[in-house]
Amino acid sequence: MSDGNGTDHGDAGGADHGDPGGTGHGEGNDGVDHGEAVSGTIYDQARWTDDGVYEPLLAEKDLTEVRIGGADDGDSGDGSGADGDSEGDSPLPSALTRESLELPGLAEPSVARHYVRLSEMNYGVESGPFPLGSCTMKYNPKFTEESAARPAAAVHPDRSDRSVQGVLAVMHALQDYLGRIGGMDAVTLQPPAGAAGEFTGISIARAYHEDNGEERTEVVVPDSAHGTNFATAAMAGFDVVELPSGEDGRIDTEALAAAVGEQTAALMLTNPNTLGLFERDIERIADIVHDAGGLLYYDGANLNALLGRARPGDMGFDVMHYNVHKTFATPHGGGGPGAGPVGVTAELAPYLPRPHVREAGGGYELSDPESSIGKVHGFAGNWLVLLKAYAYIARLGDAGLRDASAKAVLNANYLASRIDYEVPHGPFHHEFVASAGDQDAADVAKRMLDYGVHPPTTKWPETVSEALMTEPTEVENRETLDDLAAAFNAVAGEDAATVERAPSRTAARRIDQVGAARDPRLAWQDLGDLDTHP
Amino acid sequence: MTRKTQGSPYAPHTDSETAAMLEAVGVDSEEALFDIPEPVRFDGEFDIPARSEQAVRGAVGRQLNRTDDLVEFLGRGHYTHYVPALVDDLARRQEFLTSYTQYQPEVAQGFLQALFEYQSLLVELTGLDVANCSMYDAATALGEAATLSQRVRPVSGDRVLVPETLREGKRAVLEQYARGPGLAVESYPTADGTADVGGLREAVDDGTAMVYAETPTVAGCIEERLGAVGDVADAHDALFVVGSDPVALALLERPADAGADVVVGEGSVLGLGTAYGMGMGVFVTREGFLRQVPGRLVGAGTDATDRRAYTLTLQTREQHIRKERATSNICTNQAWLALRAAIHAALLGPEGLVDLAEECVRLPRDLAGRLDAVSGVEAPVYDRHHFREFQAHTDQPAAAVAADLEDEGFAVHVVDEHRIQVCVTDANAHAVDRFVDAVEEVA
Repeated sequence: MSDGNGTDHGDAGGADHGDPGGTGHGEGNDGVDHGEAVSGTIYDQARWTDDGVYEPLLAEKDLTEVRIGGADDGDSGDGSGADGDSEGDSPLPSALTRESLELPGLAEPSVARHYVRLSEMNYGVESGPFPLGSCTMKYNPKFTEESAARPAAAVHPDRSDRSVQGVLAVMHALQDYLGRIGGMDAVTLQPPAGAAGEFTGISIARAYHEDNGEERTEVVVPDSAHGTNFATAAMAGFDVVELPSGEDGRIDTEALAAAVGEQTAALMLTNPNTLGLFERDIERIADIVHDAGGLLYYDGANLNALLGRARPGDMGFDVMHYNVHKTFATPHGGGGPGAGPVGVTAELAPYLPRPHVREAGGGYELSDPESSIGKVHGFAGNWLVLLKAYAYIARLGDAGLRDASAKAVLNANYLASRIDYEVPHGPFHHEFVASAGDQDAADVAKRMLDYGVHPPTTKWPETVSEALMTEPTEVENRETLDDLAAAFNAVAGEDAATVERAPSRTAARRIDQVGAARDPRLAWQDLGDLDTHP
Repeated sequence: MTRKTQGSPYAPHTDSETAAMLEAVGVDSEEALFDIPEPVRFDGEFDIPARSEQAVRGAVGRQLNRTDDLVEFLGRGHYTHYVPALVDDLARRQEFLTSYTQYQPEVAQGFLQALFEYQSLLVELTGLDVANCSMYDAATALGEAATLSQRVRPVSGDRVLVPETLREGKRAVLEQYARGPGLAVESYPTADGTADVGGLREAVDDGTAMVYAETPTVAGCIEERLGAVGDVADAHDALFVVGSDPVALALLERPADAGADVVVGEGSVLGLGTAYGMGMGVFVTREGFLRQVPGRLVGAGTDATDRRAYTLTLQTREQHIRKERATSNICTNQAWLALRAAIHAALLGPEGLVDLAEECVRLPRDLAGRLDAVSGVEAPVYDRHHFREFQAHTDQPAAAVAADLEDEGFAVHVVDEHRIQVCVTDANAHAVDRFVDAVEEVA
């Protein structure tokens, strides 16, 4: 084993980047000519390079091939397990084994340095504002990690109920908390993500209708809904009926009345919707859907706006999911894991996935709901994520949860009042959608990166042109919101050439995504001319 | 400017700051910002008291400690290997742990590169071309493979054939995914813990869209005729899907060499440890199916300086672009667990991975031999090579044996009236002597 790249002689991160490739304007210095105009926070992301390449791949630092010899090849092993040569001492006949395995083989300090450098080229919630609309990028309290790391949480799912009472107690308590928060009668924790929660809820709707002797084939989804709603309905075998929004950005109840009918299995609704607007006609909407025999599904992506102020169950929703990685501050982990518990009314409780945790004889047990839809995860879902969510809710309590929604909504309103971009719809709650107007929203986002903030979600929902969907969450204060507003406003005042050239303070410059998709290279094995291995 | 004493400890506003912000917005109170009709306002309480961090940690700890401290000899789809301390340390860096899906790649190169390296690891392990950067778990990855069978041109039919011994929970998830596209999940027979190829040949027909086989199987047996199973699938133009995991694949025949079209499985055998069934689904397939892959893919390209850089790619497959025509509804995945698996694999290196896999063959072989010597026990039930686990016959009722073992501090599976299943890896090997003693006591 050799560390093929033991000395790193690339530019040190942070302090002095070097001009990455001559698109800058300085003479061999930082290549950034716009920092002076900005007051407030500046962020230069670390950028490790080595011989002109960003941090090399593990496979460019070392590749070691290990031959695997079958037990029937040559001499039988003597058990010495000599380094780098296991030939002949495999416990399996060669017909059952691969011939060799070739992977990076680096010593622990080199592995540590590799991933620390990668982490330095990544922006997290603790790096700065992260106002991605619909994503609820809150601060993730550290103590929840400690709770999830407890040895007593590390148990196998096939243990007997009596021997895992601690796990079942926490799950039961979380079911109970979530039921109260959502105004739901029963909750399953099994769905491992929001989209899995949707799939669970829509599967419950189908089972419910089938039990009533009905084969309903359509799910109605507003045009401003998350893409997952459409995809979920299709995956569950339903036809999607897309409902155009009214001019005020909300559901048009007349259009809804016309869209529902005998085929309607459910309406999937996000409230407040993706424009941050509360569906004021929610009672009428519920009546329309219920009168048609359909169920009302609540997408919990925006529940943070309503904590302690309104509950889906009280609004007439029959089934909902919670995104614990949004509302309840479990870390997003660069894309997951999250968890998407589903709450239902008492009428739908018999359809919940199996098994379900319930109280029994002073303790807890797993039981199968009478008409269960089956399973949506091989075991019990993302247990360690659920445990973090439980700890978060227990920490905040009523007062904290109500304050979270208050400050999330205050922050969104305050930020919107400070930015130059137009916000066409209101009154909004925890998020707003601004329009970049004549600018390209994607370019605006890239340029915002140079001002030390993460940009909003862009170009969605499509009902607002060049959308900048912004959700600061409750964790920002006035000062950081002012920074964020300064970033918006600085970009709003810049010309197209400047904006199109961005970003330059980030680890990588603007990435050619079209090129990457045209010629897909998805592993180090097929880098081709992008291979920098000597 | 004093810290507020009530409300969310993670909302940093002082009272005066709140007042100034309300004034800037032009309202009198936070309440006034909510546009919620009176009839649906919630005026009640959840009756959840706010508590200090210390109090919550104590309370959660006490609740969790109601769980018995048993040494687990459990597997059947959820496995544990020792996870080095560095995995935790690196993965918990906030830049990784708290970041979002990499929709702004310029500021997320680190995570993207780690996922690219994870994908590359899976390519090497399987011999296939394209790995996505995670599904929820092995069961949902299998479900996604079944739906993939309906989107690829060479495959027709609506029957999905799985081994009759498939873990019940995994089959239930597969059936959930199969319901939408109207697939029928059916069993083919097994013999001695692995596929009965003759029985499979009788079960398969031209209406078969997919054949699924596992190695190791749920009983811990290494599938000796994986290629023959693949040939049967191939002869009927069915998708051949293989279930395995990254540790087993470090040693076993590459699925691509057995004709696999898709490899699914449990990636969390690296980097996670026991987590009450929480996992990370592996999904790897042929290049020809690239545009039908579910979930996220990281690709390499170039940035404006012509340096190599990474980005999520081929996103037009995904729900946020393609909506109801997406390849899957998956959005949030298990990326952080893919990162952990990649770090764990990097620490082991190829030698460490192969050594670990070989240990997973030797440990159950040795333990089965020792249990077989116990009066009233015969092990292993199947005359096969095993990986991590094996089944054992008990003269006593298996449920009673397992319950007695639990009283002795050990957990095993009950799989039949007179059959238990025992899993042994580097994680519990230290307890094997005590375990054998306990079995001698109770069997």
